This record gives sequence, structure tokens and C-alpha cells, in this order.
Amino acid sequence: MQAAIILFPGSNREQDVHDALHRATGKAPLKVWHRDTNLPKADLIVIPGGFSYGDYLRCGAMAAHSPIMREVKARADAGTPVLGICNGFQIITEAGLLPGVLLTNRTLRFHCKDVHLRVETSQSVYTRRYNAGQVIRVPVAHHDGNYFADKDTLDRLEGESRVAFRYCSEAGELVDQANDNGSARAIAGILNEGRNVLGLMPHPEDATDPLLGGTDGQGFFASLAEALA
Amino acid sequence: MSPDTGAEAAATLDQARQFGLSEEEFTRACRIMGRTPNFTELGIFSVMWSEHCSYKSSKVWLKQLPTTGARVICGPGENAGVIDIGDGDAAIFKMESHNHPSFIEPYQGAATGVGGILRDVFTMGARPIANLNALRFGSPDHPKTRHLIDGVVRGIGGYGNCVGVPTVGGECNFHASYNGNILVNAMTVGLARADRIFYSAAAGPGNPVIYVGAKTGRDGIHGATMASAEFSEDNESKRPTVQVGDPFTEKLLIEACLELMESDAIVAIQDMGAAGLTSSSVEMAGKGGLGIELALDQVPMREEKMSPYEIMLSESQERMLMILKPERQELARKIFDKWELDFAVIGRVTDSGRLVLTMNGRTVADMPVGPLVTEAPLYERPWTPAPALPEIAAKSVEAREPIAALKALIACPDLASKRWIWEQYDHLVMGHTVQRPGGDAAVVRLPGGKKALALATDCTPRYCAADPKRGGAQAVAENWRNLTAVGALPLAITDNMNFGNPERPEIMGQFAQSIDGMREACIALDYPVVSGNVSLYNETNGSGILPTPAIGGVGLIDDAAKSVSLGFKRDGEIIVVVGQTKGWLGQSLYLRELLGREDGAPPPVDLKAERRNGDFVRAQIRAGAVSACHDVSDGGLLVALAEMAMASGIGATLSAPQDQPPHAFWFGEDQARYVLTCRSADALLQAAQKADVPARVVGKAGGAALTLAGGNAISVAELKRLNEAWLPAYMAQ
Repeated sequence: MQAAIILFPGSNREQDVHDALHRATGKAPLKVWHRDTNLPKADLIVIPGGFSYGDYLRCGAMAAHSPIMREVKARADAGTPVLGICNGFQIITEAGLLPGVLLTNRTLRFHCKDVHLRVETSQSVYTRRYNAGQVIRVPVAHHDGNYFADKDTLDRLEGESRVAFRYCSEAGELVDQANDNGSARAIAGILNEGRNVLGLMPHPEDATDPLLGGTDGQGFFASLAEALA
Repeated sequence: MSPDTGAEAAATLDQARQFGLSEEEFTRACRIMGRTPNFTELGIFSVMWSEHCSYKSSKVWLKQLPTTGARVICGPGENAGVIDIGDGDAAIFKMESHNHPSFIEPYQGAATGVGGILRDVFTMGARPIANLNALRFGSPDHPKTRHLIDGVVRGIGGYGNCVGVPTVGGECNFHASYNGNILVNAMTVGLARADRIFYSAAAGPGNPVIYVGAKTGRDGIHGATMASAEFSEDNESKRPTVQVGDPFTEKLLIEACLELMESDAIVAIQDMGAAGLTSSSVEMAGKGGLGIELALDQVPMREEKMSPYEIMLSESQERMLMILKPERQELARKIFDKWELDFAVIGRVTDSGRLVLTMNGRTVADMPVGPLVTEAPLYERPWTPAPALPEIAAKSVEAREPIAALKALIACPDLASKRWIWEQYDHLVMGHTVQRPGGDAAVVRLPGGKKALALATDCTPRYCAADPKRGGAQAVAENWRNLTAVGALPLAITDNMNFGNPERPEIMGQFAQSIDGMREACIALDYPVVSGNVSLYNETNGSGILPTPAIGGVGLIDDAAKSVSLGFKRDGEIIVVVGQTKGWLGQSLYLRELLGREDGAPPPVDLKAERRNGDFVRAQIRAGAVSACHDVSDGGLLVALAEMAMASGIGATLSAPQDQPPHAFWFGEDQARYVLTCRSADALLQAAQKADVPARVVGKAGGAALTLAGGNAISVAELKRLNEAWLPAYMAQ
């Protein structure tokens, strides 16, 4: 499987996801500078975390208008898996690949900590190695991770089983306390209609090495390795 | 002297005084020039000779510190210190203060403190891999404290998170002496190839001088001078001297510089920090024994009609000065174009030995570089030793029930969990954080291998105030101990000397004696100083801070998987205290927090014992005999044990010896001590005896409470609640 990671000025978690994919697939992902007009052929396109364009104007808003995003959208429409993590999630919602928007955390502060996520569906290339209902522990690191969409959109996401992850307690309960950033319906990650585009705020890539505080994110990358082999 | 320069109006003594120069220093400048300097030239003298840039009060003392060793590649004097960490790798690091700006404008002050120290490190060719910070705030009761914490934490996070360098550790405490003068010390650690280090000495007359990065504005003019004067009531009016940070540009600058450093284009490189274009150009020319010519109209500017004086003294952030090989100029320009950063040829290296500045073809300054650096004033300021304080006998100190005392201590501001702070810092980005904030030292694994660095910052200002020499030695020793406690071999330190007004003999005495203590500890522990920063005049309206020589240490771990953390690991493991517990209560937190007394002599620092105990503990960790380890410091043994329990949720049953007052045993702050856990104590105790290291069993891990033999107990959950409640509740008020 060949992954391509797109870099914008201000991307900063590209190495983390690079290493996680490399470990899971045995193949080093390509790093593609956003101004390179030719997006190479890839089985997976990743928009990594960071502060593209400094998060100035609005998180993800400027990167979403980079020319390369037109190509990313075309590939997504054609079925190529596109993964947006953290700032990448913000960018692909701004680019219209996913519905909704990421608002400032309800605490108005940056959060960097381990959280518990409930895997809501195993029906995707990202989650097939997990069981629906499984609880995993992975870190978050964001200031603007408060997912918001209107009621109809949220109902539709739920109706179509497109909520991939929710913030929960260690025991898997959906309690307000576990939803630090205040996301609507505790949503941490969502899929598009075709289930090939995933955006999520947490960082499974930072939970793939036992020395670095956990391995619950390994299933995420193992899913991709298996699905896109 | 150029006739054009002479046409600029000569400066006056009054102006010199406003710039912080004394009459004697002004006379010296006139003598060096052979005439009265003009306004721009005077500005340059004043910042180059400011305390901040010239170290004029501290240099004679700093020279006493050991700065060499087998591991030292580059000691103090460059942008940062460089040490050899084996396999062709080098660690580059430094700590620097941004105290005054952070008090005036906490967000920007702290943010640009982080930006500045990052630049010092990547300027030398290193990719920054970790940030730390040492923070001191005023009393929590002071009306400004909450606002300052909020701004400083947001500023450090705002900058560090955006540039994508993890903030992995630090310290934070409180004392009324910082009410009007907080301390914000930021440390960056970077990684480079040992044969690819970049220095700042100019070379090659005719080579182009290149300006890269952000544009120059009017922010931060005379920041270095502000950092060299006492504060007064009107410091709010100094807000315009605080710089504004742009971490996004910094991130681009890091990537662009590191990309350029892959080539052979760079002859010399220097960031524009304090005193901006002035100090960078003068230092580069001075170190190379050459001259430099700058056309100031070529400097990228973001404001109109800036004067030569303003351009030279601006402290706008995210700027670098480079000297390139002429044939590589276009290659470099392309890289900076890619990263959408300004790239301007603003001058050339000369062999004249002079700094010549022109503006639209007119010479606006012409001064000799050498004397500006070498003839900077140096002061051997008078000093008086701090009076020795009496030793306090443990038996004379009121005994409190240990569990009740523990509950009070772990909830006090200095010992309360700082989770609220470090959860606002991205401490995980880059994917190499093995030990996160909250332990003795952070551990970051180096890319592509097993090797890791252990990092910590330390200082106990109340000890330094009571006995500066002991306090200076203790700061170094505790830092060394913290790195040892995670299994690292401590290699070298950076120091950030925060003191009051050096013109007062008692403050100069604190400085001199702290250095003396640090020197002894550095030598005894084989722990040289490779970089540092001095921040004097930390006073407001004549009242100084506690002397605070903050130490930032770097240690090496051969195999990250062998480092240990502080949390108890398994029920039934034996808890051993290494080092002698005499029950020293002078200057202890027990005395201060429970009895309201800040008095007595601080604990003695026996450097031989420190070395012996630490070497023993490290060897045991490396041999795999230790499952958890924690140094014993603020609050004493029972606090250390409580921290170990809180870190994992596993409790312990503990017993104190019969021959010591329990409050002294549990809360004394004797140095050179560690708590370890192991499966079976026999082998460890035998090895300790053989190594002449005091060690005794104090209990056994297990259960969900800390239980004292024949005494009270407290659940770990309750301990955790008390420990974690204070700071969030305080900040929510």
C-alpha cells in the first residue's frame, strides 16, 4: 500500500503519521508538498495534523483553498481513501469533503491528553480491525476540536452510521465529562457517504508504540494496511 | 570617520543616560569612536553594552564555571551549547529568560521567549525536538497572578504548539517575591549531526550578508535595554518594547533553514534576538575579526519611514542573518521562496573591521567592531555574603500528624499538580515522548534508534535565598538527580541566572555565592555548563526576587525501554529509600506551609554522597533491578511516596524508624535521596552496602491507599483529588 501525506506550510504531525503507517504497512509513505501540482498515485491520501498557515483566519480555511485540494477532492470522489487528522480534519471540512465544522474547544483552551474513544462502526477501511463499541485510548492535541453541525446533518450522520468515533469514559459511557471539547453528540470522527473519507480530531498515530504510552491506535493502521494491501 | 556620518547630529550625555549608559560608559564610547557618536551609533553602543548583551556585571563570575569536558563540543559563547551524545549525534540546547516582557504582556512575552530560544538552537543546525520551561509567579493571592499564569501558559502553548515542538517538561512555583517580577525561562533542546554544526563567525570578505525571515517593524525597540533595568510603577507604559511573535513564520523559518543547511551554502548564521540586527551583525563580524557593511534601505520592512536607529534596534521576531557563499546565493533564495519567506541581500563582509551602515547611499554609522565587543565595560561589582541562618533542630519543630500534614502539602500551590498547565502544551507532537510531563524528567527518544534524552529544569529559590552557595549547588544536584532517577547519565547543563539588581552588594553576593555552589556541584558531578543566560535587575520598586539560578539539564539513555518512571508498578513490590534521612526541616515546605515559617539553613549538599548515591541508582536501573524511581525533593519523603502512588493509582503501606521524630523523617528535605521499588530488596540492599550507599526499606507497594504503620491512612484517589484540585479551581475563580 502506498500512502501520500500532503504537507502545507505549518503541518507538523506528518512524521508521526508517517512512522505509524510505515510501521503498519512496511512501506514509507510519500510526502507531497502542497504546491506540487502532480499528486502521485496513492492508495491513501493523508492530510496530517498541525497548524497549516498558522491557523490564521480560521483553522484549515487557507489550506482548503490550496490548488492541490481540488485534486484531493477528485480522488476522494473517485473512491480513494482520504484521511484528515486534527488540522487535516479541519481542512477537509473546510474543503467540503465532510459536513460540519470544528469550533474552538468549549474550555477555550488547548487540550493535550489521552482520551477514550468508542469505535462506533467497524464498517470502514479505517476501523475494520476494531469492533463496534470497542473503547480505545489515544491522545488529542487541539484547540479547535469542537465538532458542530446542524441537527439534520447530525441525524443523518448517525442514521447512516457515519459517526466513526465518539469521546467516552474509560468504560465506554457517553458522559459529558469525557467530551472535553464540547463536540456535538460527542463526535470525534466522521465518515463521508462513500465511507472512504475520514476526519478525526484525536491522534491514533501517537498511540502505536508501546514505549510512547499505548498501542490502541495500532488497530487503525492495521485496518488500513489490511484493507488497502 | 566618514564626513557624512559626522553630519548626523552628535548624541548627548542625556540621550546616553536615557539609553541606560552611565556617564563613564558614554565617555568610553566617545573615546573608542574618536568623536561623539551620533544617535544611531549611540543606540548601538547602548544595546551592545547593556547588561543583557554584554554580561558586564556577571562575566567575571561566570568564568568560574566549568565549561569543558569529554562530551562538550561547544561551550558558552555561541548561540547555544553543543554536546556529543554518541553515534555522530549532537544535542544542542540552551535556556533563556523572557521575564520582563512576560510581566508586561504575558502572552507575547512568553511566546516570543519560546520563539527566541528555538532560534538559538536551530541556528546552529539542530532540529528542535523538545521545549521545557521554568516559571515563577507571585503569590496566588496577588491580584495579578492569575492573569499572568493564564497569559504565560497560553503564550508558551500558542507558540510551541504551532511550531510543532513538544513542550515536555518544566517547573512552576509561587512566591510573593515574584509579585512584581515573574520569571519565564524557556529551554529548547535540538538534535544535529556532530559534524554539521553551524557557527556565527563571519568569514570571507566580499561574501554577501543575507537577511531572511519576517519583516522588520518597530516592535521591541530597546528590549535589551529594558531587560537591563529595574521595573517601576510605570512599566505598563513599556508595552511597546515587547515583541510580537508569529509562530507560523518561525515554523517556516525552521524548515527553510534546515533545508538550506543540508547544502554547503552557509558560511555563518546567527539569529536576530535581543538587540536584533545590531547584535547579530556585530557578533558575526566580531567573532570573525572582520567588518560588515549593511545597506539598511535593503532590509525588508513592514512599516514606513523607519529610521536607521529603529531598524538597527528593532527586536521584531523570526529573523535571521546569514553569510553565504556567493555561488550558493541563488540556491538559498529558491529555498526561502518555497517557504514564502523574505530573502534579501543587505550587505557584505569586509576586512575593514568596521560596522558601516548606509541608508539610501548615505553613511549613517561607521564604528569599529572590535572595541564594541572587546572593550565593553566589565564590572567587578562589590558584594557581601549572605548571612548564615541557624540550623533548626527537628525536635524544636512542632510535630503534626503525618497524613494530615501530607494532605496540606500535596495541595499547596508549589506541590499541587501542574497538569492544568502542561495539558495546554502539545507534549506529544513528533511522536517521541517516552516520559511525559509530571515525572522527574521528560524522556524523548531520538529518531531511528533506541537512544533517548532525559531533560529537566530545576531550582529551589528558597534555598538559594537562605544560603546562595548551598542553593546553587542544590539546584545543580537536584537536576542531576532528576535525570538519574529516570536512568539517564547526566551530561551537561544550561543555566538561567535570575537575580535582582547587581548594583546592590547583597544581590551581587547572592550571584557570586550561587555561582560558587554551582561550580562545586558541576565539578563534583562531572556536569559542565555549556550555555546560559543571565537576567539581572529582576526587581520592582527596589524589591528583589528570590535568587533563582534555574538549571536545565540533558542526560543520555542508551535504551529508552530501560528508563523507569515514578509510578508504583505492582502490588507487593518493596519500597527502598536510598540516601540518608536525617530529617532536615530548615527551609522545608513542611515548615513553610504548615507552620508559616520561612527560616533556617537549607539542607546541606554533600556532593560526594550525591554522586555515590546517584551512580548507584543509575547502575541499578540499568541492570533492570528497579521498577520505579523518584527523587526526594520538595516536601520530603512522604510527598515523594504520595507522588509515586498518585502516578499509578497503586498505594503502599509504610513505616518510619523508631529513632526519629516522624515529622522529620517524613518531611525533612535531606538531599541525595531517591525512592526505588524492586521485587526483592535483598540483592539491592547488599549492593548498596557494598557501594557504601545508605539504603533502607520503608514499605511495600499495594492496595488503594497510603497506610502508615500504626497510624492513619489516606486513599490514593483522595490524594489525587487534593493534588489536582488546586490549580484548576484557582484559575477558574
